[in-house]
Amino acid sequence: MDLSREQKRDLYRFMRSNRVVEEKLVNLYRQGKVVGGLYRSLGQEATSIGTAYALKKGDIVGPLIRNLGVVLVMGYSPRDVMTQYMARATSPSGGKDCNLHFGDPDRGVISPISMLGALVPVMAGIALAGRMQKKDIVTMTWIGDGGTSTGAFHEGINFAAVQKLPLVVVVENNGWAYSTPFRKQTAAKNLADKAVAYGIPGEQVDGNDVLAVYAAARRAVDLARSGGGPTLIEAMTYRMKGHAEHDAQAYVPKEELEEWRQRDPLERYARTLVESGDATAEELAAIDRAVTEEIDREAEAAEKSPLPDPAIALQNVYAKPSSEKEPVVVRKQS
Amino acid sequence: MSGAPHLGGPDPGSAGKGQTTYVDAIRAGLREEMARDERVFLLGEDIGVYGGAFKVTDGLIQEFGEQRVIDTPIAETAIVGAAVGAAMMGMRPVAEMQFIDFISCAFDMITNFAAKSRYRTGVGVPLVIRGPSGGGVHGGPFHSQNPEAYFAHTPGLKVVQPATAYDAKGLIKSAIRDDDPVLFFEHKFLYRRIKEELPQEEYLVPIGKAAVRRSGRDLSIITYGAMVWTALEAAKTLEAEGIDAEVVDLRTLFPMDEETVLESVAKTNKAILLHEATRTGGIGAEIAAVLSERCFEYLDGPLVRVTAPDTPVPYSPPLEEAFLPNSEKLCRAARALAAY
Repeated sequence: MDLSREQKRDLYRFMRSNRVVEEKLVNLYRQGKVVGGLYRSLGQEATSIGTAYALKKGDIVGPLIRNLGVVLVMGYSPRDVMTQYMARATSPSGGKDCNLHFGDPDRGVISPISMLGALVPVMAGIALAGRMQKKDIVTMTWIGDGGTSTGAFHEGINFAAVQKLPLVVVVENNGWAYSTPFRKQTAAKNLADKAVAYGIPGEQVDGNDVLAVYAAARRAVDLARSGGGPTLIEAMTYRMKGHAEHDAQAYVPKEELEEWRQRDPLERYARTLVESGDATAEELAAIDRAVTEEIDREAEAAEKSPLPDPAIALQNVYAKPSSEKEPVVVRKQS
Repeated sequence: MSGAPHLGGPDPGSAGKGQTTYVDAIRAGLREEMARDERVFLLGEDIGVYGGAFKVTDGLIQEFGEQRVIDTPIAETAIVGAAVGAAMMGMRPVAEMQFIDFISCAFDMITNFAAKSRYRTGVGVPLVIRGPSGGGVHGGPFHSQNPEAYFAHTPGLKVVQPATAYDAKGLIKSAIRDDDPVLFFEHKFLYRRIKEELPQEEYLVPIGKAAVRRSGRDLSIITYGAMVWTALEAAKTLEAEGIDAEVVDLRTLFPMDEETVLESVAKTNKAILLHEATRTGGIGAEIAAVLSERCFEYLDGPLVRVTAPDTPVPYSPPLEEAFLPNSEKLCRAARALAAY
């Protein structure tokens, strides 16, 4: 493991930020300030952050709605996320799209669409372009256990494998696709096995152990960067909340939730850091305080941000604006 | 192609030397753009070594190599998805659908990823998706369709359909240079049936500009693609009967050149909307709406659609002939409208 003490603390700070931003968003949601649904990644923070942290500047990611940690690692701010959720003009999508649907290739992030699996072939295309442009780009994308059932997931990985493209596909197996359990999603024993069918390496990892996740991601990223093609990582984790904030997840067995609560990735990592001597409990508490203060400030600024001007609704459909005005009626001259 | 429903058009045997077919014109356009701009690359099924099912890309892998002419798995979602990703990175991908019918397999990538990207995130997706559409060759329900209306209905896309070799070359070049996703619908019936002499010098045909193929004063036939030839054939028949038809070739279906259409109908005061695609929700319905909204006072008769009926494309020659619009059906409609 080549992580420095600083980097290990950095991982912790990102995980704490991920969690606190969401807690703040829950408050805003309950106050009716979030427009639309709120999608939590509680209990999955280690997967997002451990994987994204294995990338370097210039690499490009395609995160999904539960990958708040990924966009934080890629340099987006808590304010960006909160203005998105509140549909503000100052949000990265300017109010055009919701939640974590934003991105900019120049900042290393490709925006997802809601159709699951769609990012896989698109990220393969990003990697293909990177190779054509002789750029050192590794691409990474995330998908849930449910998303692996889509055709796009299959087509994208297969294409990337044939072309030996630098693409890392992280399957976050959190047990649930909305209300559908893993056993109704696939007859496969595990999802890492699917890699065999594509002729690429597949690896299962404890998704709630951020250091293990980082190590697995790092192996995959290094392989991709050296021309070894794609890797499929299956991170075993658990969705601790419903599909979205409205969903009380009554379909989830209570004992299963309790079992996974014991494996909370953030508490677990805090213990690891203290035990290994990489941080003291006081130092971690100081990080927690700093993160909370920062996010309070960010939330305040986000709440003060304006909503978009309605005129923007008609803009930017095409590169060159067409005549987005009322059509002229041709009248006979009398 | 004996027994093929007659779509009209010049006799393939009548062309002289130095003339370029529709299929060769598309290839010439692709080759020029690939030579001009190294960001341009092609991907699709069997387009490299084999040269494409219709040989549109024949010889290009030899000229540009397999990095720029990519034979892909049978996976339209991956083909268009990879093209979307590459386009976001500043490349200029041209994706082939072996038959345009298979474009449905990539519907999400086109309508949800490519079409909405600029609007949602400010990231343009300058890709071209091209392939053979249309019937008349007994291809059956899955090798004969005209799916352009689905895409003209999707904001963010541009849709073009050339009727001539000149336009095929000029429009594919414009499509590749366009900063937005362009769907380029070729007509397979035209590939080797029409030819013309093309200029030696480079030229472009602008997206969004229609062309008046025949000037007339009694009624306007607004059409595109292979049906332009059907309209011209019908116009000849009608002329002998004293009906002077104008033929407008839209060339671009979205953004539509409404001004040229309006100018024509304001002159003739009657319009037939002709297309090979099925009727309901088709391009003809849209033109009818535009004419009704924008030049109602000029209309001296009902807006008449001549289209395929609302059925799948049948396979057997007599069935397909019954399905496809042709000169005879068009003339019948034109006579009735002229007499209105």
